[in-house]
Amino acid sequence: MSALETQLLCKNFGALSVANKIDFRLEPGARHALIGPNGAGKTTFINLITGRLTPSSGIIKLAGEDVTALSQSGRVKRGLGRTFQINTLFRGLSVLENVFLTVCEREGIGNSILRRANARKDLLEESYALLESLHIGDDALNIVRELPYGKLRLVELAIALALKPKVLLLDEPAAGLPSSETAIVFDTVQQLPKDIAILIIEHDMDLVFRLANRITVLVQGTVLVEGTPDEIQHDARVREVYLGEGDHG
Amino acid sequence: MIFKWFNAEQGSAVERFAKRDRLNPLELLPWILAIAAYYVFPSYLPLGSQILLTILFAISLDLALGYAGIITLGHAAFFGVGAYSAGLYALHVTGEPLSGLVVAAIAAGILGLLSGLVILRTTGLTLIMLTLAVLLIVQEFANRARPITGGADGLNGIAMLPIFGVFRFDLFGHTAYWYCLSVLFVMWIFGLLLVRSPFGRSLTGVRENITRMHSIGAPVRRRLVTIYTISAAMAGVAGALLAQTSQFVGLATLGFERSGEIVIMLVLGGIGRIYGAIVGVVIFMIAQDSFARANPAFWSFWVGLLLVLIVLFARGGALGIADNLVALLRGRKK
Repeated sequence: MSALETQLLCKNFGALSVANKIDFRLEPGARHALIGPNGAGKTTFINLITGRLTPSSGIIKLAGEDVTALSQSGRVKRGLGRTFQINTLFRGLSVLENVFLTVCEREGIGNSILRRANARKDLLEESYALLESLHIGDDALNIVRELPYGKLRLVELAIALALKPKVLLLDEPAAGLPSSETAIVFDTVQQLPKDIAILIIEHDMDLVFRLANRITVLVQGTVLVEGTPDEIQHDARVREVYLGEGDHG
Repeated sequence: MIFKWFNAEQGSAVERFAKRDRLNPLELLPWILAIAAYYVFPSYLPLGSQILLTILFAISLDLALGYAGIITLGHAAFFGVGAYSAGLYALHVTGEPLSGLVVAAIAAGILGLLSGLVILRTTGLTLIMLTLAVLLIVQEFANRARPITGGADGLNGIAMLPIFGVFRFDLFGHTAYWYCLSVLFVMWIFGLLLVRSPFGRSLTGVRENITRMHSIGAPVRRRLVTIYTISAAMAGVAGALLAQTSQFVGLATLGFERSGEIVIMLVLGGIGRIYGAIVGVVIFMIAQDSFARANPAFWSFWVGLLLVLIVLFARGGALGIADNLVALLRGRKK
């Protein structure tokens, strides 16, 4: 059984088809990369999986269960976590609180009214430990708005990891990062438990080929080809798409 | 005390963070001042009661606007519904005040729940317009439903029974002042517990980034409707206090002006921090009082100017300025 599966997934904006009959499987423990030229519909695909967008037709399954009709939060409760290509953080809150809020939701105490949030020292410690593992422990009490871009990318990743997802969707986690921080992202993803299934969108081909054991190429909302990194590297159609479209890699 | 306050930030990051929501001795200051005011300004007690119930109204707005980021210009709808319910309850059922507060809270809460379920699907300008629309509908209903609400004449002849059957409402407003102060105190405790709870924290998450809140699995709309309902009920209690202490309810309780003014007061004090409600209302009412005395026809100009200055140069309101001063002093000590 696949960790994540889509069947004939379609999304149209009027006459524009941004996802066209996408059949996709993410196996348990996979390190699967989704690549393709700009505007291929990669982020749209992630938004469909997480429920931010409603598909025009098709089915989405998490661990065999049809989640197409579920809300975003319902899917997160079933183990789906994501990062955003454009930082999507609680900008006015501290780094620690960004993660702490997430941990509180994961633990299902977000509705509780009668006790202090900060009384959960265990969850605070857990949040802090996660920041330390990403080398941003020193910034725990700093307000997100005041941090440099590179660190924000790490906070973005920290929030997704704080959910302890079974399926993790990474939307260009290293976009715009200097190499030192790209290394932190790379190492962190490498060290994640092997049973987490990861789908990563990335333009940095070096990163893609080091991380992924499977690659899907998406062009104009359609799956062009899927295979091992080796197969993709030597696929004539892929070369044509990338060279024809200019150098995005 | 001040010394301790300046040195609060010690220990590991987690310890420092955990300490942040402990009660600071400074937080008792408003209550000491409110009690002192009773003895220092005995002839201003009716104004005092007005200030206290307006603070409660502002706190209710802060929960929705400041914490959850629900931008509303229609909060007077709940204040007014609370006032009318309390007035009608006193006229037709019993003049017992505490049950009147409960009735007002329930009535305003129900309106908050029903309207929230509909309008909180939207954000931004649409939401503002819809909150206004709800206010206008309620206002027009109160205006037209003459047999019930008295229309433009309002509800007259409200007679209140003594609180707990002991404390009579007197002409000079002594009982009313203590009554408003006690209710405000209870609601303040409730508000503090609320915003420091995981639920309250999640509201700031919704305010800061609703997209991310969805993606970490929070049932965002349910949280918004919940806080909107709580906020509406609290505004209803504030309205009920006005009805019970002034023993009159008029259409002005549902006025757009009341809706707008309360937002201005909150912004003056600083939104999203409970105490902004207290400081803002006090500043506004004192400014209004002194500007009006100096220049009766022109006072709103000065209030407007004050608002422009705050919005341009001190986004955090009066408390934001205080924060910056404290940060400056701390920096100098190091």
